[in-house]
Amino acid sequence: MGTPSRPDSDAVFRARGLTKVYRMGEVEVHALRGVDLDLYRGEFVVLLGPSGSGKSTLLNILGGLDVPTAGEVWYEGHHLSGADERELTLFRREHVGFVFQFYNLIPSLTARENVAIVTDLAEGAMSPEEALARVDLSDRMDHFPAQLSGGQQQRVAIARAIAKRPAVLLCDEPTGALDSATGVRVLEALERVNVELGTTTVVITHNADIARMAHRVLYLGDGRIVREARPEQRIPARELRW
Amino acid sequence: MRALGRKAWRDLWHLRGQALAIALVIAGGVATLVMSQSTYQSLTATRERFYREGALADLWAPLKRAPDTLAPRLAAIDGVQTAQTRLMAAGTLGVPGFGEPVRVELVSLPLEGGQPLLNRLQLRSGRLPNPDVDNEVVLGEAFAAAHALRAGDTLSLTLRGRQRWLRVVGVATSPEYVYQSPPGAVFPDFRRYAVAWMNRHAMEKALSMDGAFNSVVLRLRPEAKPAAVIAALDGLLARYGGVGAYGRHEQTSARYLEEEMRQLRTMARLFPAIFLGVAAFLVHVVLMRLLGTQRDQIGVLKAFGYPDRALAWHYLLIAAVIAGAGALLGIGLGAMLGGWLAHVYQGIYRFPFLAYRLSAGAVATGLAVSLGAAAAGALMALRAAVRLPPAEAMRAPAPARFGPSLVERLGLRRWLTPAVRMALRDLGRRPGRAAFTVLGLAMASAVMMVGRFQGDAVQYMVDTQLGIAQRHDLAVTFVEPAPRGAVPELAALPGVRTAEPLRMAPVRLVHGLHSYRTVLEGLPPGARLRRPLDTALRPVLPRSDGVLLTDYLGQMLDLRPGDRVEVQALDGHRRHVSVPVAGFVHEYIGAQGYMDLDALNRLLGDGDVVSGVLLGVMPGAAPDVYAELNRRPWVAGVDSRLAAVRSFYATMGESMLVFAWVAALLGAVINFGLVYNAARISLSERGRELASLRVLGMTEGEVSVLLLGQLGVLVLVSLPLGFVAGHALCWLMTQGFQSELFRVPVRLTTATYAFAAATVCVASLLSALLVRRRIHRLDLIGVLKTRE
Repeated sequence: MGTPSRPDSDAVFRARGLTKVYRMGEVEVHALRGVDLDLYRGEFVVLLGPSGSGKSTLLNILGGLDVPTAGEVWYEGHHLSGADERELTLFRREHVGFVFQFYNLIPSLTARENVAIVTDLAEGAMSPEEALARVDLSDRMDHFPAQLSGGQQQRVAIARAIAKRPAVLLCDEPTGALDSATGVRVLEALERVNVELGTTTVVITHNADIARMAHRVLYLGDGRIVREARPEQRIPARELRW
Repeated sequence: MRALGRKAWRDLWHLRGQALAIALVIAGGVATLVMSQSTYQSLTATRERFYREGALADLWAPLKRAPDTLAPRLAAIDGVQTAQTRLMAAGTLGVPGFGEPVRVELVSLPLEGGQPLLNRLQLRSGRLPNPDVDNEVVLGEAFAAAHALRAGDTLSLTLRGRQRWLRVVGVATSPEYVYQSPPGAVFPDFRRYAVAWMNRHAMEKALSMDGAFNSVVLRLRPEAKPAAVIAALDGLLARYGGVGAYGRHEQTSARYLEEEMRQLRTMARLFPAIFLGVAAFLVHVVLMRLLGTQRDQIGVLKAFGYPDRALAWHYLLIAAVIAGAGALLGIGLGAMLGGWLAHVYQGIYRFPFLAYRLSAGAVATGLAVSLGAAAAGALMALRAAVRLPPAEAMRAPAPARFGPSLVERLGLRRWLTPAVRMALRDLGRRPGRAAFTVLGLAMASAVMMVGRFQGDAVQYMVDTQLGIAQRHDLAVTFVEPAPRGAVPELAALPGVRTAEPLRMAPVRLVHGLHSYRTVLEGLPPGARLRRPLDTALRPVLPRSDGVLLTDYLGQMLDLRPGDRVEVQALDGHRRHVSVPVAGFVHEYIGAQGYMDLDALNRLLGDGDVVSGVLLGVMPGAAPDVYAELNRRPWVAGVDSRLAAVRSFYATMGESMLVFAWVAALLGAVINFGLVYNAARISLSERGRELASLRVLGMTEGEVSVLLLGQLGVLVLVSLPLGFVAGHALCWLMTQGFQSELFRVPVRLTTATYAFAAATVCVASLLSALLVRRRIHRLDLIGVLKTRE
């Protein structure tokens, strides 16, 4: 991979030689084959690649949901590859925001409560109302998920993810289940959070168009970063179409 | 279809934990069913055979003394098939090495030797007495076993104040004494009460009853009308001191046995109904969830052309396998428990044999009912699922709709944390399921309470009846009513603290069409050893202006305070007098009347007599007092109150304890079935939500609280309901055996409530912990990608 564009001290994540091997019965699946990666504060990074290229595995390891088979990963001062389950839980709780493809809201809680259930856990979190305002949902706070559209649900999920002011926001196909216009609104919300809160944002997608709003695009193939690109001119999310 | 069959087995394997929990609940139901039905049927068959082989009499008629020449006239009464005259007497036995007196009921055997015509003995060992030898005796099996007495042993018998030595020649059981409780007692006391059979000749001599009898038993022709025979019999015996003939339903042994079987029949219905109801509910919810997760599979299978019927069979098969496994386990368990119960019964009801057989009917019923319950639960779940069109089934179900819970709508929302709101809304979305779970848990507590109820009730009866109402140490019964001069004589015995006279007058009480044979107790004013109680357990003083009746007797005779009841004395001058009812007393054992002693004596006109004395004795003085009493020919028997209580606990205590533990275990099984399944289903339904929360940084502990806290609420809500249900169930059970013999009070101790609550909580906690382990295995990565 290319040389980092910023000084090392600014790297939020630093990964070296990340390897992940899944053993599925008799077969070994090499999901990652030695990935080196630095993610910087405030960066908006898009991970592109075909199915099975290792995007999700990489995201899971960065988010503390999985541990590498070999290699090292640091989050600021923390050595994630050596952490146990309890430390990883604490890491997710304090530093990481997740946005899922299928929103994963709790159906029995309203939008406000879905955010509150996470802010209750965190110190220094913003209020659920503020978080929802940031994703333009102030008028839907007391709606249950079943009363919201897919895009609205995903924006609640984003509000839930950013309310605790995480250093990093990890999004796995956040627009995968949405149509283009709705998807754009969700991306606008992510963009706004990135700018206003300076949250390092990593977005996994199949959709090459989304890459045009990124600071940096990483192309994954067969468990490796095969190419890195920096769009010459970033396009605001609202101008994206697909 | 073979592939579908394989799917059924794999689904079952996947559900094994839940299937096992349901199978255990079914097993509990079938076990109680098989146990109680098998025991009931075995007991019925045994009783029928024993009564038939032993030629149990249909009527009993005690009297004072009649010449043998009357016997042919008795046999000639229309409807009588067989009449057997005999002598009966109460005496005291001395068993070498046993310091307490033993009351014995002596029954004569025919003059010419051999078996009597009716109430024949079944010899367990030895032989019948030789008609030419006067000191030979056959002992009742229960008493012989309690003292390890065998043919060849010797005993002393005190009869009418004269002591003699007897040689045991045999040990026997009699259909007339299957249940043996000392007169006036409810519980058996095999160590202190005996039945024995002697030669008629020997008894005639001892009782000075040459050529006379004081008891007759009769067998009726099948077409005979018992009431008519009793009337004719009473007419004939009236001048010979007859106190009224009675049938099997008033004969102590036959009556108790009948009551016991009634109770067993109640149990055979009640317990299985609870278990199988819970099982049906569990099958229903588990299949509902299975169908929910397999919604798309059903759609695909239907799209491939599997008919609805095949799919319905597929899921019914799963339910049937669970039910079948539970039923088989239950049958095995029931057979075992039944064997144990039969053994317990044999300790109390002394049959010569107890043909315990696993009832084929019970097995078939158990299988049918459990399969039926499972099918009912399954069909309700299947109806909607199988009907769904394939295209719709393959689409994801509409997202679950939730709304604010009732508690929140009452304005309490801001006091509730999101976790509590989640729990409440989840419960509110499926109120039926929550309600059934709570109901099932309540029934689990109730079953445990019923298990301990018997012990509690008996404890309460003993505490009130023997602790407050009857405070004597020894009760002395005279051979026949004696002048009051006997009282100071006994009061002066060394070691006697207090002596209070007592008259027990056999009477028939008549009010309108109702009548009842019982005793009127005459008590001295200010009696301290014998005190009838009111409902608040306060002593009630006997009155001279009317009778106090046991409240149950008042109901039986349809009497209210102030009404007049006709008292027909059955001994002495046999007066018939009308007496006002002064009030009622509350008693759990027996049904009788009380009156001031002097007033009773005036009323009956037999002079100033007493039929016994109650004694308070100094600690340790009892053996000396026994010895003194034994020397007096007018003393028929002596009862020790505390010994009776101790003996009761020795006889019944163990079986009551085992019963309590079995019930606790059964309750815990219901509890486990409900909590484990509820937690598993909840985990399955909410697994995705919980995994998401884990991803968002919740610890396993926090997520567990979310999942199990909701169940904890249900368990807590079920506790008070369980107490109410337990109380109601105990009440229901007692309704089966309220009789003039005894009424079982629905009194449960705090310990029983605490025990049920603690067992429910512990069983719930353990079941929950089993599920807690699964939270550790939640797939955190999977939820990022998949949709439910």
